[in-house]
Amino acid sequence: MRTSTGGRIGQYAALLAYLVFLALPFLWLVSIAFKSPRELGSLHPTWFPQEPTLDNFRQAFDEQPLLRAAGNSLLAALGAALIAVLIATPLAYVMARHRTRLAKAATGWVVVSQAFPLVLVIIPLFLVLKNLGLINSLPGLVLVYVVWALPFSLWMLVGYVRAVPAELEEAAAVDGAGRLRTLVSVTAPLLAPGIVATALFAFITAWNEFFFALVLLKTPEKQTLPVVLTHFIGAEGVADLGPLAAAAFLATLPSLVVFAIIQRRITGGMLTGAVKS
Amino acid sequence: MTLVTATKRSAQGAPGADGGRRPVDHGAWFLVLPALIPILVLSVGPLLYGILLAFTDAQSGRTRSTQWIGTLNFQDLLHDTLFWESFRIGLVWAVGVTVPQFLLALGLALLLNQDLKLRWLARALAIIPWAMPEVVVGVMWRLVYSPDAGVLNETLRDLGLGDGRDWLSGLGTALPAVIVVGVWAGMPQTTVALLAGLQNTPRELHEAAAMDGAGAWRRFRTVTWPALRPVAFAITALNFIWNFNSFALVYVLTSGGPGGRTRLPMLFAYEEAFRYGQFGYAAAMGCVMVALISVLLALFLVGRLRGGDDT
Repeated sequence: MRTSTGGRIGQYAALLAYLVFLALPFLWLVSIAFKSPRELGSLHPTWFPQEPTLDNFRQAFDEQPLLRAAGNSLLAALGAALIAVLIATPLAYVMARHRTRLAKAATGWVVVSQAFPLVLVIIPLFLVLKNLGLINSLPGLVLVYVVWALPFSLWMLVGYVRAVPAELEEAAAVDGAGRLRTLVSVTAPLLAPGIVATALFAFITAWNEFFFALVLLKTPEKQTLPVVLTHFIGAEGVADLGPLAAAAFLATLPSLVVFAIIQRRITGGMLTGAVKS
Repeated sequence: MTLVTATKRSAQGAPGADGGRRPVDHGAWFLVLPALIPILVLSVGPLLYGILLAFTDAQSGRTRSTQWIGTLNFQDLLHDTLFWESFRIGLVWAVGVTVPQFLLALGLALLLNQDLKLRWLARALAIIPWAMPEVVVGVMWRLVYSPDAGVLNETLRDLGLGDGRDWLSGLGTALPAVIVVGVWAGMPQTTVALLAGLQNTPRELHEAAAMDGAGAWRRFRTVTWPALRPVAFAITALNFIWNFNSFALVYVLTSGGPGGRTRLPMLFAYEEAFRYGQFGYAAAMGCVMVALISVLLALFLVGRLRGGDDT
């Protein structure tokens, strides 16, 4: 389609404005992370660090147990992602292939669960986990994350299952393959990339999660990265800007890398799920 | 046609032809239970328990048993002006974020649907807000808004437009400031959803409309928008709920301050439950939030059904 030259210029101007809006806050974070204390104290901050330094990173690790927090985040996110995908995939398969009442109920739950404020779930969960002795423990957090990751995992996986032609399974059944054989040797390989994408998405969501971690984890040794990050902001909201920026930058990197890898698959999965149901 | 109907039919049509009936339905249960049990125990269960708690005087760290107090929590809530103030703030926030988010995302999606040179860069950058932990988004914008070291104030100073404001502590500026952050954080998802919707509209329709001499606005109204509408309504409804129930972003940016000007309902409920230990009262707040949001969404959906007959 043709667009006039004036229209083109307008389009590029708009695109540029979007790029600035999207990029500048992040550039500012990175810039501050590498600035020296003297520069941070200056009344006229510059866009780029004049004397780039890694001091903020060193100080961040000194001030807060960042490594341990990252380890906790990693464990919680890995555990949640693996378990969520493991139990969601079979249900997603049934939801995608069978129009049973159960499948409809599960779909309904996926939609409804999006509308509930977390506080209505976390108070009873808090009481239950407390009785089980799972407050302030990573297994307790993983349990909560699994349930939290299930709706969108199901949603994405249903989309991926629908993308696998049922005719292939029917052909295998005609050839005499049993149900399990069909699932394992025909469906699973075709579904594998979608399962990996879903697991990675669940991983990132758990890695980034804050509310449950804030409520359930009490002692610094158990806390995850997002919770520990808030410790850099003092009680009166006064923050040590350099280390805060450095730690925030580090906490984002894993998500950004993983997300960059799977972004296309996620959007594909979510949309096939959304459009077709 | 699905696997189960296919096998059932073949089994009925020719009994014993494939070595007897396959245990299709039993098999389905094995597939369903691993997810169903945790959902029932850890999601549906707590939800119902949470609703029950709203009718009790449950408190944290108390030794004597919890009493059933009927609707007392809800009666108290009715007169809790702070809660209704937070509810009002929540609505202003949710609308204030959702509407600009949608409009900006629509604009960006339309741009990205064109053959523009910097398209790849915009797609790459859009990952940043999407993948970032909300806590980091909050931290980052604190740095942007910072009175001394912030880029916003410095830019304004350079332009001669004022002299270092503390945006997040100003009574009048705090809510708009956090709304901007909310828009920034949620724009990519909306953009991607709308972009996918755009790519589902057949190109030929556009070309045909263009050949008939339809201008850009008419093409948008007659071709693009009708195809986009289902996606647009779905994403707007979801965004509204998510925004209304959001917590981490504002918790990190302002903790609800200054003077409660940014205290969203979730922050209020969090404080009641986990700072003051009022579990029953906070659960009642959760119930009221769900109920009122459901009513608003129902109105929205009714409007949608009246607005068109698609899907």
